[in-house]
Amino acid sequence: MGELAGDKHVKYILSVEKKKDSFESVVMEHLRLNGAYWGLTTLDLLGKLDTVDSNEVVSWILQCQHESGGFGGNIGHDPHLLYTLSAVQVLALFDKLDVLDVNKVTDYIRALQNEDGSFSGDIWGEVDTRFSYCAICCLAILKRLDSINVEKAVRYIVSCKTLDGGFGCTPGAESHAGQIFCCVGALAITGSLHHIDKDLLGWWLCERQVKSGGLNGRPEKLADVCYSWWVLSSLIMIDRVHWIDKEKLIKFILDCQDTENGGISDRPNDAVDIFHTYFGVAGLSLLEYPGLKATDPAYALPVDVVNRIFFGRCST
Amino acid sequence: MASSSSSEGEGRRAWVPLASRPEFAGVTPLPQDDGPSPVVAIAYRDDFRETMDYFRSLYSSRELSPRSLLLTSLAISVNPANYTVWHFRRQVLEALGADWTEELGFTEGVAKRNAKNYQLWHHRRWVAEKLGPDAASRELEFTRKIFCLDAKNYHAWSHRQWVLQALGGWEDELDYCAQLLEEDVFNNSAWNQRYFVITKSPSLGGLNAMRDSEVDYAIEAIHANPENESPWRYLRGLYNDENEAWLNDSRVHSACLRVLKAKRNFKFALSTLLDLLGLGFKPNQEIKDAITSLRTSDLGEAGSDSDLANSICSILGLEDPMRANYWTWRKQQASSSS
Repeated sequence: MGELAGDKHVKYILSVEKKKDSFESVVMEHLRLNGAYWGLTTLDLLGKLDTVDSNEVVSWILQCQHESGGFGGNIGHDPHLLYTLSAVQVLALFDKLDVLDVNKVTDYIRALQNEDGSFSGDIWGEVDTRFSYCAICCLAILKRLDSINVEKAVRYIVSCKTLDGGFGCTPGAESHAGQIFCCVGALAITGSLHHIDKDLLGWWLCERQVKSGGLNGRPEKLADVCYSWWVLSSLIMIDRVHWIDKEKLIKFILDCQDTENGGISDRPNDAVDIFHTYFGVAGLSLLEYPGLKATDPAYALPVDVVNRIFFGRCST
Repeated sequence: MASSSSSEGEGRRAWVPLASRPEFAGVTPLPQDDGPSPVVAIAYRDDFRETMDYFRSLYSSRELSPRSLLLTSLAISVNPANYTVWHFRRQVLEALGADWTEELGFTEGVAKRNAKNYQLWHHRRWVAEKLGPDAASRELEFTRKIFCLDAKNYHAWSHRQWVLQALGGWEDELDYCAQLLEEDVFNNSAWNQRYFVITKSPSLGGLNAMRDSEVDYAIEAIHANPENESPWRYLRGLYNDENEAWLNDSRVHSACLRVLKAKRNFKFALSTLLDLLGLGFKPNQEIKDAITSLRTSDLGEAGSDSDLANSICSILGLEDPMRANYWTWRKQQASSSS
């Protein structure tokens, strides 16, 4: 089996950060906050977060904040839950959560909860269980989970359970590994995992492993490295990760690397990107690949960062 | 959660710089502020950069005008994932009093190259909501066209479910599911939609009324392709928590038996029998023999009834080695409950 080309991936991530004028970078400018989370968390997992100037990043993040308290994907972009979560996660990585006006961020998030317990991504009203996860994860990190109606939020998520034990984006929608991660993560964070039929869901999830050893997101779809995260973290949260063939999955992820130039792609021999680089490395971390920090499956942050949030020094 | 644009090299018209266009006279383009890091001026596509610089200018001055609308069209064509552009477009449309039907046409153009774009679908829904129930048939037709290119497009299915529940149009939905499954019986999205229809459609009788015919439908699909995960899950879903009814429907274990006898693609047939055994199912001799005949020499002598679940798990552990740990766990569950 190959090896994780950790140094190459670090170089790749740092180069993407610098090449702000490349076409790829420009095309992603509206979600640079997500990109920062993917890149920086990967660096931290590889033990190289200190290669980045945290002050620069923190000051940029704060410029992404809107007067409503939410964060946009970059400076000058409208606020949205997706970027608000990334902002809070990156600040947590740098142990700089104290730069935030927690009340402001909390107010922004709680205003997005709807009557039925669901969350809209922003003021334009799109509802999706992804946003339930973003809201719950974010507020939990800020220790303000009590500012929303958790019971209703949980009830809504449970209403999105499907006939095969998984979850979709809205009630009635098809089971999808990405949505499942969001729902299971949200239920884990709110202490509500008892709503899940773990055996049924665990089986559905382990059936995502295909011949190549990779994981897909739905029956009869292609394997993709990002499912190494969505499926794997879900399995860990419901204590069923031993149901997949870990060795084969590790091999699949390693095969998706560009060992020359760094970075990881969705499947072997495709073009790399930051998104898949993060999910590949995070997936390997969940599989306890040597040399990587441990990752919390619910918060999608290094375990030591999560411990620091909940057991470290007192918050302001 | 990410989606990137894909607008390169597909027969684009010659680009007329915005700086030369009279409708944009007086606009001062604003470059992207990426923060304190020095920006290295490597040239990227001029049309992209110029479009976004002009967009930023009109957006920051909150100009809600026809030329702003035009600019959002251009910006969306170069980067349809930029959600701020879509937001601004909505503000402009409301301020100008839009022709919502025309706007649907605009989204159809975007969908041609960006069918998996979150912003597109949300915008489409926002517009359809403005039109109300009259929009139902056009929305169903729109998603139908998307499914012709990709019958599993998750966004399109989400949209279609919303249309049915918010705007109506259920009448032909079950037939449509049948059609899609005829084209690809492995389409898990279509199976999910079928379940959605039989449970929620106001023009059918609900799950209890539909169960009987749907069991037959699922079993027919199973026999055509026993390795197809979807109809097995669908079949189980028809019975939900009704374990008694699930146990007593002889069609289910008969279907399993038929698959076992063919001695190929029997994984889901075996696991279904395993589930049934766990619920107290008493198999007849024919089923026991069929299971026994699948045992390979590695597994040694077959034992008594209580070893049946054990046998199944052993067979599955060999048949599906990737999930060996799962089948071992099932074996432990089976023996601890007997």
